[in-house]
Amino acid sequence: MSEYLLSIKNLRLSFFTNVGEVKALNDVSINLKKGQVLGIVGESGSGKSVTAYSVMGLTAHPGKIVAGSIEFDGKLINEMPEKAMRDLRGNDIGMIFQDPMTSLNPVYTIGNQICESILLHTGKNRKQARQRAVELLELVGINEPQKRMKQYPHELSGGMRQRVMIAIALACEPKLLIADEPTTALDVTIQAQILELMMELKEKIDMSIIMITHDLGIVANMCSKIAVMYAGKVVEYGNVDDIFYEPRHEYTKGLLKSIPNLYSQDHEKLLAIEGTPVDMLHPPKGCPFAPRCEAAMKICLDQMPDHYPVGQEHYSACWLIQKEEFDRGGIV
Amino acid sequence: MARYLLKKILVSLVTLWLVASATFLLMHMVPGGPFLAEKSPSEATLKALNEKYGLDQPLSIQYKNYFAKLLKGDMGPSIKQRGREVDDIIKTGFKVSARVGGLSILLAVILGVPLGSFAALNRGKWPDSLILLISTTGIAVPSFVVSTVLMMIFSVKLDLLPTYGLTTWKHYIMPVMSLAFYPTAYISRLTRSSMLEVLGQDYIRTAKAKGLPMYKVLFKHALRNAILPVVTYLGPLLAYTLTGSFVVERIFTVPGLGNFFISSILNRDYTMIMGTTIFLATLIIIMNLVVDIVYKLVDPRISYN
Repeated sequence: MSEYLLSIKNLRLSFFTNVGEVKALNDVSINLKKGQVLGIVGESGSGKSVTAYSVMGLTAHPGKIVAGSIEFDGKLINEMPEKAMRDLRGNDIGMIFQDPMTSLNPVYTIGNQICESILLHTGKNRKQARQRAVELLELVGINEPQKRMKQYPHELSGGMRQRVMIAIALACEPKLLIADEPTTALDVTIQAQILELMMELKEKIDMSIIMITHDLGIVANMCSKIAVMYAGKVVEYGNVDDIFYEPRHEYTKGLLKSIPNLYSQDHEKLLAIEGTPVDMLHPPKGCPFAPRCEAAMKICLDQMPDHYPVGQEHYSACWLIQKEEFDRGGIV
Repeated sequence: MARYLLKKILVSLVTLWLVASATFLLMHMVPGGPFLAEKSPSEATLKALNEKYGLDQPLSIQYKNYFAKLLKGDMGPSIKQRGREVDDIIKTGFKVSARVGGLSILLAVILGVPLGSFAALNRGKWPDSLILLISTTGIAVPSFVVSTVLMMIFSVKLDLLPTYGLTTWKHYIMPVMSLAFYPTAYISRLTRSSMLEVLGQDYIRTAKAKGLPMYKVLFKHALRNAILPVVTYLGPLLAYTLTGSFVVERIFTVPGLGNFFISSILNRDYTMIMGTTIFLATLIIIMNLVVDIVYKLVDPRISYN
C-alpha cells in the first residue's frame, strides 16, 4: 500500500480534435497524502481541470489518457472498468465545480439531488437518505434544511447553491474532495465563507482536498502542497512555504510578482507576465514557458528540462537550476 | 396558476368566437351554395330548400340564429348528409380518427424520443448519421407516398395487411405507420438538438460526478430538461392528428373525421364547415392549455404569475 492517497504518475492526456492532437497534459506527476490539501494553480488552459477530471474518470470526448497512471487508495483507477469507476465517483471521490448557478439540475429539488448520491452509494432507504440529506444541509450551514429540501435550485442564492453542491460532494464522506475553482463565481464574502466551511469539514470527516484555482490567496490560506501548472506540465511542486518564499521556477516567480499588493505605491504598476499563453496545438519544442521567460537561455528553447529537486519535496522544472548547480561546481 | 388558467380560458373563448365568426362570414362570401351543382334543382325546389335551412334570410339574421343555437350546444343538421346531425357526425368520426391518430402519436413519441437521444449520445458517429438520414427522409417524404409504399410492400407484395377499412387490429397498422412517420422524424430531430444542448450543461457533469450510471444521467437528468421543445410541438400536433388526416384516411378508407374537413368545404355544407372548424379550434386551444400545464409540471422554474 502506497503512502499516498492519490498518486498520478507521468500522466499524458491528449484531445484528439479535428485540427490535430492537443497535448493537454504532458507528463504530469502529482502525489497527495491522506489529509493533505493540494493546490493546483495555473492560468486558464494549463491543464488544472483536465487533471482533476482525469482523476474522476470523466475526461471529456475527444480526450484520452495516452500514458501514465493514476493510483487512488491503492487502486489503479485509469484502468478500472466504468462500473467500478462509478462506485468511486461521488462515493470515495467527491467533486464540486466552478459555477454553482448551473451545476445543479434546475428541474429537481435540492433534497432529490442530495438523496440521489446517498441512495446510489449507501444501503440507506429513502427515509434514512432524506434524514441524512437534512443532516448534510445542516452540516454545510444551510438554515431551515427541512424547507430547503423541497426547494428548487432557482430558489436559492449562489452561495447557498455552492453549499448544496458541497453537501452533495460530501454525501458519502469521500476520502478525496476535488474542488474545481469552487469560489470563482462567488462574491468575496461568500468566497471566504465557503473556503472556511471546506476546511472545517475537512477536519470533521478527515478527507484530502485538491483545490484547483488561479487565486494564489486561496492557496496560501488553505493548502499544504502546491503544484504550479503551465501548458499541461507541473513546472513547480512543493510545500506552500517553499513555493511562496523560495519559488524556483521563473513562472512561479512571475505569478507571485503579479499579485496586487496592498502596500504598493500609487505610481507602481501591477506587474504582469509578458506574452500570451502557449498555443497548445503547436507547443514550442523546449520549455513551454521559455518564450515568455526573462531568464530564458538557448537550451530552454530547445529542450524540456526535467524536474530538479530543489529542497525537501520541492521540485522545479527549469534549466536555471541545473545551471546554478553547475556554476557552483556541484554534480548534476 | 388557477388564475392564469381562468384568464387563458376566457381569452380562448374570445378566440373561438372570432374563429367561428370569420369562418361563417368567409364561407358565405364564397360564391355558390350547398344546393348548386351541375344539375341544378328547379327554382322552386331551391327556394324550398333555402327556406328549410334558413338560407333565404339576411346574413345577419342567419348569423344570429346560428350562434344562438350554437350556445345551446346545437350545431344543426348537416345540409348535405341528409338526416344526420353535425355533432353526431363529428362524434362518430372523431372516435375513429382519434384512435388511429392517438396510436400514431404514441408511436411517434415512443420511437422519436429514444432515437433522438441515441443520436445525440453518438453525435458525429454512424448511428447519429443514420438517424439523421432517416429523420430527414421522414420530414421530406409526404404521407401519401409513405402510405402508397407501405401498401405496395405489405399488401401487394407480401399480402399481409388489408388495404382498406378499419375492422381488425391489422387494419390499423398501415394508417398508424403512415401517420406516425412525419412526427417520429420531427420529434427525433427535436430531441436530438435539445438533448445535445442539455448534455453539455454543467448539471450533467454533476450527475456524472455522483457516479450515476449513464442511463440515469440520460433519462433522469437530461431528458426532463430536453423534453420541453417536444412538448411544445406535441400540443398542436395532437389536435391535428386526433382529428384525422384527409390524405391517409382517404387512402386507407378510414371512416374518420379527416375526410369531412375537405369534403364539407367542397360541398359547401355550411353547418358541417362550421362544426369541423369550431371542433378543431377548440381542440387546439385545449391542447395548448394542456401544454402550458405540462410545462409547469416538467420545469418548476416556469411560473405563470
